[in-house]
Amino acid sequence: MSATAQRGKRSLKSPLGRIVRSGVSRRRVQAIVMTLTTALSAAASVLAAGLLVGSQAPFQHAFTAQHGSQLTAQFTGAKASMAQLASTARVAGVTAAAGPYATASLHPVTDSGASTPPGLPMGQLTVVGRPGPGGPSDDVDLMSGTWATGPGQIVMNTQGGGWGFGLGAHLTLPDLPGDPTMTVVGLANSVSNTADAWVTPAQLGALTAGTTPEYQMLYRFAHAATDTQVDADRSAIAAALPAGALTGTQSWLAVQLAADGKTRAFVPFVAAFGILALAMSVLIVGIVVSGAVSSQIRRIGILKSLGFTPAQVVRAYILQALIPALAGAGLGLVAGNLLAIPALAHAESAYGTGTLTIPVWIDAAVAAALLALVTAAAWVPALRAGQLRTVDAIAVGRTPAPGRGRLAHRLANRLPLSRPVAIGLANPFTRPGRSGTMTSAILLGAVAVAFAAGLATSLGDVQNALHRDKLGDVTVAVGEGLGGAKLTPVSPKQVTADIAAQPGTSDYYATSQTQVGVAGVTGGVPVVGYTGDTAVAAYQMIAGSWFAAPGQAVVPTRFLKATGTTIGDSITLTEAGHQARLRITGEALDTHGDGMQILTDQSSLDGLRLGPEPQRFSIRLKPGTNLADYVHALNAKFSSTNAQAQPDTDNRATVIDAMEALVALLTLMIVAVAGLGVLNLVVLDTRQRIHDLGVFKALGMSPGQTIAMVLTSVAGIGLVAGIIGVPLGVIAHNYVTPHGQRRRHRHPLRRHRGLPPARTRRTRPRRPGHRPRRRRAPGRLGRQDAHPERLAHRITEVPVLGWVLVDAGRRRPPARDVGGRRNRPPTSRDPPN
Amino acid sequence: MITPIIDVTDASKTYDAGTPALDQVSLTVEAGEALAVLGPSGSGKSTLLNMIAGLDRPGSGQVTVDGVRVDELSEAASARFRRERIGMVFQFFNLLDDLTVLDNVLLPARLAGMPAARARARAGELLAYLRADRHARAYPGRLSGGERQRVAVARALMNRPPLLLADEPTGALDTASGEEVRQLLAELNRDGQTIVLVTHDTALADACATRSIELVDGRIVRDTAAVAR
Repeated sequence: MSATAQRGKRSLKSPLGRIVRSGVSRRRVQAIVMTLTTALSAAASVLAAGLLVGSQAPFQHAFTAQHGSQLTAQFTGAKASMAQLASTARVAGVTAAAGPYATASLHPVTDSGASTPPGLPMGQLTVVGRPGPGGPSDDVDLMSGTWATGPGQIVMNTQGGGWGFGLGAHLTLPDLPGDPTMTVVGLANSVSNTADAWVTPAQLGALTAGTTPEYQMLYRFAHAATDTQVDADRSAIAAALPAGALTGTQSWLAVQLAADGKTRAFVPFVAAFGILALAMSVLIVGIVVSGAVSSQIRRIGILKSLGFTPAQVVRAYILQALIPALAGAGLGLVAGNLLAIPALAHAESAYGTGTLTIPVWIDAAVAAALLALVTAAAWVPALRAGQLRTVDAIAVGRTPAPGRGRLAHRLANRLPLSRPVAIGLANPFTRPGRSGTMTSAILLGAVAVAFAAGLATSLGDVQNALHRDKLGDVTVAVGEGLGGAKLTPVSPKQVTADIAAQPGTSDYYATSQTQVGVAGVTGGVPVVGYTGDTAVAAYQMIAGSWFAAPGQAVVPTRFLKATGTTIGDSITLTEAGHQARLRITGEALDTHGDGMQILTDQSSLDGLRLGPEPQRFSIRLKPGTNLADYVHALNAKFSSTNAQAQPDTDNRATVIDAMEALVALLTLMIVAVAGLGVLNLVVLDTRQRIHDLGVFKALGMSPGQTIAMVLTSVAGIGLVAGIIGVPLGVIAHNYVTPHGQRRRHRHPLRRHRGLPPARTRRTRPRRPGHRPRRRRAPGRLGRQDAHPERLAHRITEVPVLGWVLVDAGRRRPPARDVGGRRNRPPTSRDPPN
Repeated sequence: MITPIIDVTDASKTYDAGTPALDQVSLTVEAGEALAVLGPSGSGKSTLLNMIAGLDRPGSGQVTVDGVRVDELSEAASARFRRERIGMVFQFFNLLDDLTVLDNVLLPARLAGMPAARARARAGELLAYLRADRHARAYPGRLSGGERQRVAVARALMNRPPLLLADEPTGALDTASGEEVRQLLAELNRDGQTIVLVTHDTALADACATRSIELVDGRIVRDTAAVAR
């Protein structure tokens, strides 16, 4: 037993122990309040610290926990046997390998149990035949259900997310003989994103019978921290096998880029709440403990008159505070870890990572910090009381220091208020210290509520801003790899005509993506060329305006920082000796392409002679259009071609729901902790003023007036704290979402376009006789808006995120396909564009 | 020559730069005496008592109790001095409401390190003597004023202090309870207990004091031996 424990045990057997025990057991309400406060604070702290830690590079943590695959390699069975593939685990530099697993690219359609209607094509899914979730590389988290063990069973990767499959859902495979149906038996998360779904190896064999087998190997290496190292590893694997055996690879760095892009949006919110919850916990524990000790000054005086030394007094009251605190901390740790399960699940959902857990060290640190805090909080007033003159402690422990609050009382009396209300208003000034702490508690609660309310409204806008790369209803993908080589390539012009002619089409545009060189930037930079109704494609602008004509471009914040350019500057794109010069017209809210993506009109790239054809058409439907019917009708037109329409199924709603639930939970905890602190202070104050209250009642104050007086004393503080706290919450919200600040200082359109104020407003009241502008008819691919200010006027403003201010120092070239295909068609495996 | 148990020499005390609460007070009390300190409110009675108990210090002068200069003691030493040499009885009892009667009485003995068995025996004896033994397991909140004051006296006597200080011991009691306490203090003094009591109650002073002094504006204006009981 430690010396401290022995001292504690001795203390409890001594007269000190008797005093401590009676102080705890006979003051049950206070002990319960302290226990509850500590428990709530511990729970909130565990949760907040867990979220804070989980928010620090969540991808990296999950990747490490799952022994993520640093290189996911695809092989053709035509060139290498399974034994040869297995032997690559012994290639120099490989530290772990899993596989070979047979893989197949399937084209299922929804059947039942998905969040989208039945019969919709799900695009190309990479399905892997794998005997179980575990392994030395890509140790997949089985989130719910079971792993596939028999025919007809499939486990979906929650990383895909968008289809919203639940356990028991069905999907069919119409491109396979007999249209087999698969039942979802499990939901799993592979942070490395090595597959869209898994089945048993036998099942995969059955699904791909008669075709050339393809295999997957999942590698970890001694050195894979940079693209260069991963490239070297890839080359070593390729060299160990017959030429052409390796058909494709996916670097973990590319997966990380996509994951970090998603995560950045939410980390500031979660971190802000975490810090708020920790601050609130510290404050309330301090308030409650110091209040509990301060309320017993008279008792301390009596103890001193009996012969207790100041040191004994301090020890007694620290122990007296620590006993309920220990119980509370224990309860709180359990509650915090339990609460963390749904809370971290929400965070996982928002971050798109694997299972987040509370590390043990957080429990230990929270417990230690709380007990230290309780000790300090008890020590200060106990020491003060211990050093107080005994006669003063006995005599004045129950009443405020004379003279305090006299001015406040005089001023309150002059107000046209009833006497009890005036006394109540002035009362906080008689105990300024206590009133100050109560104000702090209410203030922090008000900050949390205002902050949460702001976040709740911002989250939807944030998600919408992040998904401006598509219109949100239907996407048509065109490419030779889609649907198999047997299909007839279709021209973008034909696809455009089909989309335009399809009833239900509202707006659409097309994009192509490629990599180009940019003067001053090492490596390729992604550039997206737009054709069609480019105005509806406008991203959320942080500054400046969406491009309105060929030769103009919009870039993200990071690009501006990395290249040292500003709006109005020109950049030179290079490709194979050809150049194109673009003028930057705006700073877009965009994290795609590692925050380096250039957005421009397709014709701006003509000088590069790239010749990329539009690969993706994004469509918005007219209200009331049946999504499933629309997709079916469009696919009927595309039959036998390499174009396919799919409904957009991003997981926007899921993420928003998850974040809102998380915000609600944290706000509730913060408000509960604050409420408990305030309640404790009010109870303490009322108890200590019981003599005064008795005098007031003796003088004829009715019970109603007494209640009014007590309530007014708290309401006044609450009002002041609210008046300060709500703007602080708004400021905190604007700090995390700095759009508010930036918008105040520079309106993008006003500053960069020189438009009159009336034209830069988001909405304008309709003037009498004003004829609303007709909505643009769909289907004018290739036309540009001849009136840039109209385009600008259509750009809406929504609050934006803190991550636009993230560091610009890290620059990583985009991952390359092993075949060097830069303009390959998109697949469902691609990170969102 | 008998050494006085209390020797106050030219003690003065002023609060907040106003009128002195005590002004050059000198006083000696012999062991076995029962001294009543009388005087109007604000005359300095409680200040004098607090100085003797080591709860307060004079601005100037000396206070020696049982051979110890209490005005020179540190806070901790003063606490140790009180637990061993002084028993205190207050007007409002100052019992710890969260301890039972027995625990309240045992507390000074525990502080002084008295063996538990001896302390329990002593507490039982005192409570029986003061007719409070049937309330030993009760909490003070359930007792009458007189009963609480008897418990307070038992607590004050637990360590057999050479000096018992009582500040308005009957001030918060009804007539019957006040009479009980008067008889109790007189009985204690007859048994040899030195007592200094501060009171407005002349009946109390008459009943149990062997000597009384009167303070007015911090000065002793009268010092007389009481009529023999």
